[in-house]
Amino acid sequence: MKKRMEKSSFLAGSFAGVLIFYILPFGYLIYYSFVDRPVGGSFAGWNNYIELLHNQAFLTALKNTILFAAVSVPLAVTLSLVMAVVLEKNIPGRSLFRTIFLSPLMVPSASVMLVWQVLFYYNGTINRFFLKLGHGKIDFMNSGYGLLVVLLIFLWKNLGYYMIIYMAALNEVPRELLEAATIDGGSDAQKFWYIKLPYLSPSILFVCLMAIIGSFKIFKEVYLLAGAHPSASLYLLQHFMNNTFLAFDYQKLATAAVLLSIGLTIVVTALLWLEGRLGRDLEG
Amino acid sequence: MPDKVQEKRTAWRSGKRGIQKAVLFVIVLLFASSFALPIVLTMTNSFMKEEEVVMDYGNVYGTYEEAAGGYVSKEVNLKFIPDKVSLRQYETVLLLSPEYLLKFWNSVILSVPIVAFQIVVSLGAAYSFTRFRSRRREGVFFLYTLLMMMPFQVSLVPNYLVAARLGILNTYWAIILPGIFSTFSTFLLTKFMRRIPVSVIEAARLDGAGEWSIFTKICVPLCKNAMVSVAMLLFIDYWNMVEQPLIMLSDKEAYPLSVYLSTINTGEISLAFAVAVLYMIPTILVILYGEDYLVDGISCYGGIR
Repeated sequence: MKKRMEKSSFLAGSFAGVLIFYILPFGYLIYYSFVDRPVGGSFAGWNNYIELLHNQAFLTALKNTILFAAVSVPLAVTLSLVMAVVLEKNIPGRSLFRTIFLSPLMVPSASVMLVWQVLFYYNGTINRFFLKLGHGKIDFMNSGYGLLVVLLIFLWKNLGYYMIIYMAALNEVPRELLEAATIDGGSDAQKFWYIKLPYLSPSILFVCLMAIIGSFKIFKEVYLLAGAHPSASLYLLQHFMNNTFLAFDYQKLATAAVLLSIGLTIVVTALLWLEGRLGRDLEG
Repeated sequence: MPDKVQEKRTAWRSGKRGIQKAVLFVIVLLFASSFALPIVLTMTNSFMKEEEVVMDYGNVYGTYEEAAGGYVSKEVNLKFIPDKVSLRQYETVLLLSPEYLLKFWNSVILSVPIVAFQIVVSLGAAYSFTRFRSRRREGVFFLYTLLMMMPFQVSLVPNYLVAARLGILNTYWAIILPGIFSTFSTFLLTKFMRRIPVSVIEAARLDGAGEWSIFTKICVPLCKNAMVSVAMLLFIDYWNMVEQPLIMLSDKEAYPLSVYLSTINTGEISLAFAVAVLYMIPTILVILYGEDYLVDGISCYGGIR
């Protein structure tokens, strides 16, 4: 009995807090998503869900969010891997480069936002450059290019961190295996595909997870860059949720939150399942 | 004879390799420069005179034109080096207008407690997820992983309702308490602790060490690097926060610097660069002192599980 008490005491503090601040209130969310009014509402069945799935703002936000994640995550996962592999070769000034690539992660978004604005705003530096080239101005923030700018900021901010995760994993590839491959006349490409990549696969999935989180966090940058009501191409789920919150439209927000949670649960489960499979391959 | 051919071939190959390496180096250099650019620009521009900032960038923020009495250039001039290096921005920010330092202090007292207590709470949870693995605990860990993935907006209403219920709305507690129990660090620390060899823990147990002393004397010290690296990631995250204060605090005086900076494009851009630099100093110090810890700590969590 005492042993059990001791065992659970380690988790107790954390779990109590998580329960109070996240899990129990999530019950509220589910409740709200099924009633017609926040106070004294009656059961509304799937009405909120049906309504939400016909809501144009929600659909735009959902489309943009998924599109951004679908482009940014694979791009971040592969680009940072390339960076890690390149830096792994003995390039002079390697540790300085590492610091430089990592620095955007450590710099608060709000601090460098000024520079992004000066670069990409309608009257900004890049448009001035375009004019000089005889190209017309592009309204980055109010056109489809908006997501591209955000993608650039996302990559700039996160690539260094993901690169370091890969560099750490590359460090753990057994040297003997690589040496053996060299003696057998294996090329660099072969060594990468057949030896390093399998060892990297858990890290690739980990970076995937981090990049998905990162692709949600990019809302902060979009908010700083374009405010609470950006153009349609930059309107993300988080904008939708923030704005419905400020409009006290709790049912809509709760329904969106529940749907988003279900989607994320599916994604995380798939990633974990994939990791389990890959792990088995590596051992077998 | 064949030896000589071989020699020549390797010599040629190494020459080719040398060129390859040089090309690679230049590419990396260019790439790295573009990474450093926004930060460097922010820093150099903070040494501009206030009038120069308005003149060069006022046009970007169209609304500013009328507000400023001074001359606003029709074209934007992004400059690496100010026309006249001056400390005027800093003088105004640090000496003449205390509200910036106050907001800086707001940022400190919001983010430091969250980081410190989240690490403490998470260490215990991570130990539990490492040592006492059962089906049920794995389920809880999966839940923690999911919670970590959720964007802030999902827990927005729950957090708000709980804060209202506890009567801590409009106080820093409404941000600090949910922050402490955010599961991100539990996830990373668990991944790290699970890599501590079981034999180490078993040996201590056979020597008669209880769970508490295994935790404090073995696991926590072994996790030092991971703790520092997780703390760094947390600090930058909370130092950077924008959404939470906007929702939880109604008193604008209490806003941290990040929120203030987010509204700067409608206000005083003349000081913005100096404030931005002031704001990044703590995080830059953190990376200068802690980069090796960060890298070391990261190398310790491999996969997802």
